[in-house]
Amino acid sequence: MGNHSDGSPNHSGTVATAGQNEVEKFQDPGIPPHRLRLADTDPKAAKRAERQVAFLFGISVVGTVIFLVAYFAIDLGVGESTIGTIRLQNMLLGLGTAFAMLGIGTGIVHWAKALMPDHEVSEERHAIRYEEDRKAAVRIVDDIVEETGIKRRPLIRNTLLGAVALAPLPAVAIFGDLGPRPDEKLAHTMWAPQDGKLKRLARDPDGTPIRAADVTIGSAFHVIPEGLNELHEGKLNEKAKAVVLLMRLDPASLNPSPGREEWGYNGIVAYSKICTHVGCPVALYEQQTHHLLCPCHQSTFDLTQECKVIFGPASRPLPQLPIAVDDEGYLVATSDFKEPVGPSYWERDMHERSIDS
Amino acid sequence: MSAASTAEPAFVAKTKTGRFTDFVDSRVGGSGILREFGRKVFPDHWSFMFGEVALYSFVILLLSGTFLTFFFDPSMAETHYEGSYVPLKGVEMSVAYSSSLNISFDIRGGLFMRQVHHWAALLFVAAIAVHMLRVFFTGAFRRPREMNWVVGGVLLILAMAAGFTGYSLPDDLLSGNGLRIIDGVIKSIPVVGTYISFFLFGGEFPGTAIIGRLYVLHILLVPALILLMIVLHLFMVVIHKHTQYPGPGRNDNNVVGYPLGPVYAAKAGGFFFIVFGVLALMAGFFTINPIWNYGPYDPSPVSAGTQPDWYIGFVDGALRLMPGTLGDWQVEQVWFGYVFSFNVLLPALVPAGILFTVMFAYPWIERWITKDDREHHVLDRPRNAPTRTAIGMAGFVWYCVMWAAAGSDLIATHFGVSLNDVTYWLRALFIVGPFIAFIVTKRVALALQRKDREIALHGRETGRIVRLPHGEFIEVHAPLDEYKRYKLVGFESPEVLPAVPNEHGIVTRKEKRRAMLSKWFFEDRVAPATPAELEAAHGHGHGHEAVEAPEAARSLSH
Repeated sequence: MGNHSDGSPNHSGTVATAGQNEVEKFQDPGIPPHRLRLADTDPKAAKRAERQVAFLFGISVVGTVIFLVAYFAIDLGVGESTIGTIRLQNMLLGLGTAFAMLGIGTGIVHWAKALMPDHEVSEERHAIRYEEDRKAAVRIVDDIVEETGIKRRPLIRNTLLGAVALAPLPAVAIFGDLGPRPDEKLAHTMWAPQDGKLKRLARDPDGTPIRAADVTIGSAFHVIPEGLNELHEGKLNEKAKAVVLLMRLDPASLNPSPGREEWGYNGIVAYSKICTHVGCPVALYEQQTHHLLCPCHQSTFDLTQECKVIFGPASRPLPQLPIAVDDEGYLVATSDFKEPVGPSYWERDMHERSIDS
Repeated sequence: MSAASTAEPAFVAKTKTGRFTDFVDSRVGGSGILREFGRKVFPDHWSFMFGEVALYSFVILLLSGTFLTFFFDPSMAETHYEGSYVPLKGVEMSVAYSSSLNISFDIRGGLFMRQVHHWAALLFVAAIAVHMLRVFFTGAFRRPREMNWVVGGVLLILAMAAGFTGYSLPDDLLSGNGLRIIDGVIKSIPVVGTYISFFLFGGEFPGTAIIGRLYVLHILLVPALILLMIVLHLFMVVIHKHTQYPGPGRNDNNVVGYPLGPVYAAKAGGFFFIVFGVLALMAGFFTINPIWNYGPYDPSPVSAGTQPDWYIGFVDGALRLMPGTLGDWQVEQVWFGYVFSFNVLLPALVPAGILFTVMFAYPWIERWITKDDREHHVLDRPRNAPTRTAIGMAGFVWYCVMWAAAGSDLIATHFGVSLNDVTYWLRALFIVGPFIAFIVTKRVALALQRKDREIALHGRETGRIVRLPHGEFIEVHAPLDEYKRYKLVGFESPEVLPAVPNEHGIVTRKEKRRAMLSKWFFEDRVAPATPAELEAAHGHGHGHEAVEAPEAARSLSH
């Protein structure tokens, strides 16, 4: 960047002041005369400052004592160590450290300001580099480059460049096992029927199944798939995809699109709780307006329009989980989600098409 | 060293400290260093403290962080909490979260250290940010300090990285949701996003690898890089010597201030203890990140009104401001069967990208426009560089709008206004805010320059109202002494630099563009007052008063 160094010997930067007439400027009067402090002239004031500094150092000693007393006298192990005890100890440790540190700090600064010499002095700046050095350095670099002969032997230069460019690749490749390759796992959740058995909808977090009769109009349930709590491995991974919000509305206010009429039951509908924006749980249900609100970035979804985005940064509606009621009156998922849940990703559309087919 | 063998008597230090110094010197040869730095002059100004605050916070971070590593276990293995915090007894959680709780409740001083560490981290980034604002608005980034400005910018990014990796370690609900958001943002990256996400988390989110990996980054890699950058930064400060504010006796060839030993060293050293003390006070009295309230990470619950640590706020706010749909049109697009999540990608990358690119490039941009390639050691007062100050304020306001957006829900609940309206207003401010800030700042800076001129030429208002014999009331203006006046008049005011042809006699298009920018930069300028103008002002004053009240004028002006 910058065409300021066009090779001309004089600094083009001087142009910037060309418009200024040096004669018309005020002369620099120099450093203002030094003003004596009280402690410089009055020995009593100096003595007082000395005592103040000593007092501040004394406060530091008190602070250290407070810390040690708070550390040893308050025992967290004895009896019921309540949050109150911990708060008290934390406060006293903080107070002790603060006194100990501020005592030293303010003491030293007061000492420096009141008693140490406060004469401002002026010192010449030295050039960062000297013209001689600079010329010598440039010459040395030129000589080094010349002696390698790299400019005269392009074959060496180019093969070296190629080799050096490729050499870091193993360093990148060796991280290849940081994680598995992404696969279609992202597109599937625990809701898929297992061995022909449909998964029941269960309460989060205790895992008890939900009866359709328990879901009154206006209520909402946080839902996990039956069997999630019994998983031994990857429980959080599955939960991060499978959590669902269950709500019951007046069936007349739902407007299912063609093909989705049977996805709800008697006004009960289930939608993925994972926001399609960046994956926060869409945990807030506004009962009056039938809106779902994500507390992280305020994406708002309208239940009466199949969770279409009506506000905020999310682009896609929340995926709906098709549900029905089994013989015993429990709510079950009739299939997995018909599209990948959660935030979008590069292959998402491919995965959605593979689910459809 | 060969002094002992010569006929001259060897130098013997007279005092104990002198002998000690001599002992060290004769073994490591430090006298040259001491001679160079022992009395090195440092300029003094309150605004130079911010960099010190950052440095000292980092030292405190290293101290408190080392303590925490002795007790923290970054494992995501499942466990049941058995510590002394009753509400969570028996709850299933990761070992990382459990050990964070143990640090808080079962290790004496552990909570205090956690709080010191977190507050120090917040202060560290804040101090760096304010320090950079100081450097920007005073023009301290100009030659020869451009590279140090870049190092400082890298430090800011590293500090944010250190903060974020550390924030996630306790594996609590709040930080887990933060990671979830990061995962969502990473997944929006075209082509490689899903791969990066799987590599980072060791498979699907959240997996069992991420805390251990962040831990290594947090306690090893990032702090090592920060340390390296701090060494580079301070090394360059020593080479360049410190800048100084303009004033009488100060120019680009000298440095005016207090010698390092004893005054400056005492003040700076004492200040370390003050920073430590203030952080201890905050840690003792103000709760930060009470992880026991949040519970262990679980992908299902989330608390409303959650906030990231302040320095991540502007990215989170940008994410909130971006509309995901425009009417029925989805911002997320599927092209050629692949997903382009512009609603996530754009706000996550573009504003931060613009801010940091302009920030890093700014010294070169300004140098190109002004053709000013001289060394500057005297700072600009922000008002004396109106366009630069206005650019800085535009960027600052832009940042602040995004930052405020990260709290849009809290703004709505605290002020009882509609959340949607808050977002709409902030979206509008996101667009127009920087422009308003630019215009207002530039006008304010120019007005302040005019006020400086006025004061330099006509003196300061004394607040003393005098009634002249014929009944007129005037306020007496007291002339400035030459030192105060020099502070108001001793600055450069560059003028517009028109396009000049190159060596082939051609005015290149680039040069024309530069000239346009130069015009934009310096078109409005207030020249510093000159002695001739002061003379004229005095002449006017005296003449005016001479006609009406010669006696009064003489007595008032002295």
